[in-house]
Amino acid sequence: MTATLGISASLNPRAETALVESPMVEIDRLSLFYGTKQALRDITMAVPKHRVTAYIGPSGCGKSTLLRCINRMNDLIDDVRVTGAVRIGGADVYDAAVDVTELRKRVGMVFQKSNPFPKSIFENVAYGPRILGMGRRGVRGKTDLEAIVERSLRGAALWDEVQDRLGESALGLSGGQQQRLCIARAIAVEPDVLLMDEPCSALDPIATARIEELMLELKASYTIVIVTHNMQQAARVSDYTGFLLLGDLVEFGVTRQLFTNPGDQRTEDYITGRFG
Amino acid sequence: MQIWPGRVWRSGEPFIWLTGGALAVALLLVGGLIGLILVNGLGFFWPRDVVRLSLADGKVVTGQIVDREAVPGRAGEHRIKVKVANRDLYGADFQWVDESAVKGRATPAEAAVIERTEWGLLIGEIREVRDGARAVAGAEGATQELLRQLPEARRLRQEIRRIEGRDIGKINAAQEAIRLRLKGLERRGVTSGTEVDGLAREATALQAGYGEHERRLAELRKGQTATVLVTADGGNQKWLLVTQVLDVYFPNRMGVATKTAHYASRLWEFVSDSPRESNTEGGVFPAIFGTVMLVVIMSILVTPLGVLAAFYLREYARQGPFVSAVRIAVNNLAGVPSIVFGVFGVGFFIYIVGGAIDRTFYADALPTPTWGTGGILWASLTLALLTVPVVIVATEEGLAAIPRGMREASLALSATKLETTLRVVLPAVMPSILTGLILAMARAAGEVAPLMITGVVKLAPSLPVDGTWPFLHFDRKFMHLGFHIYDVGFQSPNVDAARPMVFATTLLLLVIVIALNLFAIGLRNRLRRAYATSAV
Repeated sequence: MTATLGISASLNPRAETALVESPMVEIDRLSLFYGTKQALRDITMAVPKHRVTAYIGPSGCGKSTLLRCINRMNDLIDDVRVTGAVRIGGADVYDAAVDVTELRKRVGMVFQKSNPFPKSIFENVAYGPRILGMGRRGVRGKTDLEAIVERSLRGAALWDEVQDRLGESALGLSGGQQQRLCIARAIAVEPDVLLMDEPCSALDPIATARIEELMLELKASYTIVIVTHNMQQAARVSDYTGFLLLGDLVEFGVTRQLFTNPGDQRTEDYITGRFG
Repeated sequence: MQIWPGRVWRSGEPFIWLTGGALAVALLLVGGLIGLILVNGLGFFWPRDVVRLSLADGKVVTGQIVDREAVPGRAGEHRIKVKVANRDLYGADFQWVDESAVKGRATPAEAAVIERTEWGLLIGEIREVRDGARAVAGAEGATQELLRQLPEARRLRQEIRRIEGRDIGKINAAQEAIRLRLKGLERRGVTSGTEVDGLAREATALQAGYGEHERRLAELRKGQTATVLVTADGGNQKWLLVTQVLDVYFPNRMGVATKTAHYASRLWEFVSDSPRESNTEGGVFPAIFGTVMLVVIMSILVTPLGVLAAFYLREYARQGPFVSAVRIAVNNLAGVPSIVFGVFGVGFFIYIVGGAIDRTFYADALPTPTWGTGGILWASLTLALLTVPVVIVATEEGLAAIPRGMREASLALSATKLETTLRVVLPAVMPSILTGLILAMARAAGEVAPLMITGVVKLAPSLPVDGTWPFLHFDRKFMHLGFHIYDVGFQSPNVDAARPMVFATTLLLLVIVIALNLFAIGLRNRLRRAYATSAV
């Protein structure tokens, strides 16, 4: 598919060359209100398939809210109202007919604070597959589940560290390991899209580097959307970057271009550290 | 420069002393209470020496010294309280003796303490054993002969009790069932026919069986002719049926080891036997059983109710003024006097619910109520109502403490809210639920007031669990340790003699409450380790 992404040229005319890619998620004139307060204003953009897309911006700019619109995690909050559309594979996720659990199977999520369940490492990874009834095929069901867990842990580069203690509590892992476990847990249900909400903000630099490496590996199989405070991180791992400010998507484009040659004065001010 | 008191105050030292002092006072009060109960409760079973006091006026007082106090109004003088027992001979169990009047003390080796089935202890000397009018053993061999006959007497007593309790009880139950079925047929207008005839035949057969047992009982009772002569102070003497003798011992001949063994057997009797003599003697097993069963049923009822209510309040209800009002109301419910719950239990559970059950399913038995009267189920339900706020509050606090991230993680893995609640939230909130249950059990085990009107009785003829179908009899009245304390301590005909029983029963109740709590705490700690949420 070579459809032009739904990004208006006015945002960054110089990014056009990079945007000739197939979109995975299309966000179309999305606005979100917490009660009467508008948190997102008329956002239109597309997330390209098998790429890492980063959202940057100062605190409270709405980047996490935008991320959570993609798997409808904002539904959990009372008094939230959404207009516009988020399309995955052409279907609007806000359509009344959409099964939210089905959506969340396709769109996995990793949170800011690692949040493993107080269960064993194995059970953490197996949680999603069990919910979805995966690995329940006849007498070999257990073995299938084991295969899924191993594949997911390998995918999150955690297998070598934990293969001898799958039965132990996940809470005994280090912070970085816990976050990779959360990634393994998210990819165990084989989603198309992986949302990451500041996944490294609570980690030390070494653990951060490992997660970043992992993201580069994962993008071969998954479309990744990441929210980050850390502009170096966005520059290192992402292919595309969107800059949000006070609920507006100020600029969206190829990462290198956005950082080296921003099209908007506000973007330049932010990435050069003049505010934020 | 700062003045001295200000500097000391600001150093914090006085406040530390103040807090420490408050704790010390609290510990002292609790420790004193428990110590008092321990000393009085455990001392009860120790076989004390029998002392023979010769008084100035020539009288002799034989008994166990149980207390000593200053004589009011006469400085420096003391008097002692002697348990002389032999209520049937002297009219009172206890006698006060001024120490100044005591001319001599002796501990005669032949002084025997006899426990018997009625009239309390008998203290005296064993003189003779007869069978009917025939002398069996004189002064020399009387004790040996009595001890020889005791096992047979015990066997006889047990057989009589078995026939009276189990065999005749079964016939009574069967007869009652037939009577109800006949009454039911009569209500439907059937007064003759094969069914009625069959029931009548059954009734006749039962009556014959009853006569059989009656004959056997009369035979057994007629065989009880052996008597023992015991002499006491002031020339009193007592011919006692050997079958009435439960135990004989000679405290003045016993060493510490023998006394300890006797102590242990008395303690065992206390926790394993049924009460005798309007609860002032014997054991408290039915009360232990009733207490534990009550608390267990209460826990089984209150936990699901409280947990589900808390889940709705915290997980599903839209937080707002109404939910806040409900929460405040629930919290205040915990402060309502327990007797109010008791009255509600009587009015609602017994009269309305029980009455409806009786009218619907037990109409034949009316006007005798089956469920429309106090019983262990109604008492448990009343206590469950009383303790449900505790469980709700504890569970709610536990739910509020579960990190949001854990729920989000589950939801993001495409679990539904129900799956999240059951697989993630419920296990994580388990320790809090158990905390609530521990508090609820502690409160329920100590309640007496609501039970007194919802099913506790002074003496229950049978346990709520037995061998007759359907084995668990939730409609039965039951005994309870808390009520037992009140009954023995304040409603007993012989309060002085029963007082040690009160302490012993109190001690037992404390032990049971602590044991139930320890069990629940152990369970909670295991769950805490399994579901530690600190790292999330």
